[in-house]
Amino acid sequence: MSAIAARRRTLPGFGLTMGLTLSWLSVIILIPLAGLFLKSLELSPEQFWNILSSRRTLNAFRVSFGLAFAAACVNLVMGSIIVWALVRYRFPERRLFDAIVDVPFALPTAVAGVALTALFAEKGWLGAPLAALGIKVAFTPVGIFVAMIFIGIPFVVRTVQPVLQDLDPEIEEAAGSLGASRWQTIIRVILPSLGPALLTGLALAFARAVGEYGSVIFIAGNLPNVSEIAPLLIVIRLSEFRYADATAIAVVMLIVSFVIIFAVNRLQRWAQSRIPAR
Amino acid sequence: MTMQLADSVSLSPSEAKARVHAAAARNNLRTEPRAVRIVIIALAVLFLSVFVVLPLVVVFAQAFSRGILAYLAALAEPEALSAIKLTLLVAAISVGLNLVFGLVAAWAIAKFDFKGKTFLITLIDLPFSVSPVISGLVFVLLFGAQGYFGGWLRDHDIQVLFAVPGIALATTFVTFPFVARALIPLMQEQGTQEEEAAISLGASGLQTFFRVTLPNIKWGVLYGVLLCNARAMGEFGAVSVVSGHIRGETNTMPLLVEILYNEYQFVAAFAIASLLAMLALVTLIAKTVLERHLDEGHARDH
Repeated sequence: MSAIAARRRTLPGFGLTMGLTLSWLSVIILIPLAGLFLKSLELSPEQFWNILSSRRTLNAFRVSFGLAFAAACVNLVMGSIIVWALVRYRFPERRLFDAIVDVPFALPTAVAGVALTALFAEKGWLGAPLAALGIKVAFTPVGIFVAMIFIGIPFVVRTVQPVLQDLDPEIEEAAGSLGASRWQTIIRVILPSLGPALLTGLALAFARAVGEYGSVIFIAGNLPNVSEIAPLLIVIRLSEFRYADATAIAVVMLIVSFVIIFAVNRLQRWAQSRIPAR
Repeated sequence: MTMQLADSVSLSPSEAKARVHAAAARNNLRTEPRAVRIVIIALAVLFLSVFVVLPLVVVFAQAFSRGILAYLAALAEPEALSAIKLTLLVAAISVGLNLVFGLVAAWAIAKFDFKGKTFLITLIDLPFSVSPVISGLVFVLLFGAQGYFGGWLRDHDIQVLFAVPGIALATTFVTFPFVARALIPLMQEQGTQEEEAAISLGASGLQTFFRVTLPNIKWGVLYGVLLCNARAMGEFGAVSVVSGHIRGETNTMPLLVEILYNEYQFVAAFAIASLLAMLALVTLIAKTVLERHLDEGHARDH
């Protein structure tokens, strides 16, 4: 082990590249993020509490976190179905649909926002038939939900897909030949093996939806207390020069993201420890 | 295939039949009834068509709804041209910065062992999980009139916020991890043997990097730059917070889409949006091609 470490040190440039990496990381990422936390410390606990417990802030959090969670759940179910179809079945244009899954990653959020709004507006291709059924999507919380489903779907698919691909076929065959019905095999054998990946996908889709701005604000309607998401409230407070309010809301959202990163890291470690060496 | 064929030829017909049956039975254990399969495929295709394909189609349908002349006229507007120029400039700055950082960071992280490596990678990944709005806000808090460096910047007459430097900084923050994350796993997998050989034969560190390492990771570099660039050109939330929306000056393409859309200039808004959508499609196609190259390199190594 020490021989390996010693040999690795024979390559030059560690001090220089590590120094540059840490400096650049600090300048672009760490100092700006630390500035946000420092700014929030300027607020008294009472001020902080008053901002966070105001009706408008609470409602923005409720809309953002509630709808993001609901959308992530839809992504979990639909994402699993898509992964299953892509990995296990052969159908026309399968590879094309596989590639299409990445569109929400690649499409700029503002473009997704105006496109979804045009699609679901009352005269839109999907909005018109839905309106005939009495369902209003654009400019309501349902619109936010739809946009969050759109941006979250690749997270579940791309996290679960490789795990299902690598799943050992013999476990399933064993379960089947020992008399388990197909449904039992899926619930008791396959689902538990996919568990960590499914949870990771759910967490990533949720994190992305909570912070999402561009694809949501066009379709949301942005009515305070009803369809106003937390990131938009930050922007509004900034434009009113209420920096303290913007900072307090941002710090709460940032802490939630950090908790999610931490949880996902733990999930990954758990998943790795469960997989027997193949 | 030929092995199997030879195998079955040597079997008696009844034995061969039994084998086929056994194989079919094994496959049956791993699949669902036909009806279930059709429903699952239909659900997947329908969902992707409604939520992913239709929004893309709508962009182009709206952009060309008044014909190709109106489309081209919208793109030739001075405001559109200045937005395109600014977007290209900002993307060039932030992709350039992140490319250099990515190469430097990947060298330090992938080629050496040290404590806290996982933590360092987590820090590099941070921008992926920060809301775009917050990515812009942090720079307002640093460089805004009430910010930590606001007074100093004003005294020295340096404009960061509501100008190109602020937009480039916010974009660099948001796209920070892309190149480094594309290179670290690739360079870790390739190990250090080739570099060590070059060094022991008397090459300098820089020579080793440019002649040995870089050729090995060129597809990975392209891959990282591609994704970094797509995000840099398309970033909306972070840029929106720091741009100040000065018409013809600090509006990038995504910001112009918003402004035109809010002014009910739908053809113009979707014309700009269609350029960004094409960028996304080209990026996806190039990404698929590059992934194939990366997989081939991977297969060759093993």
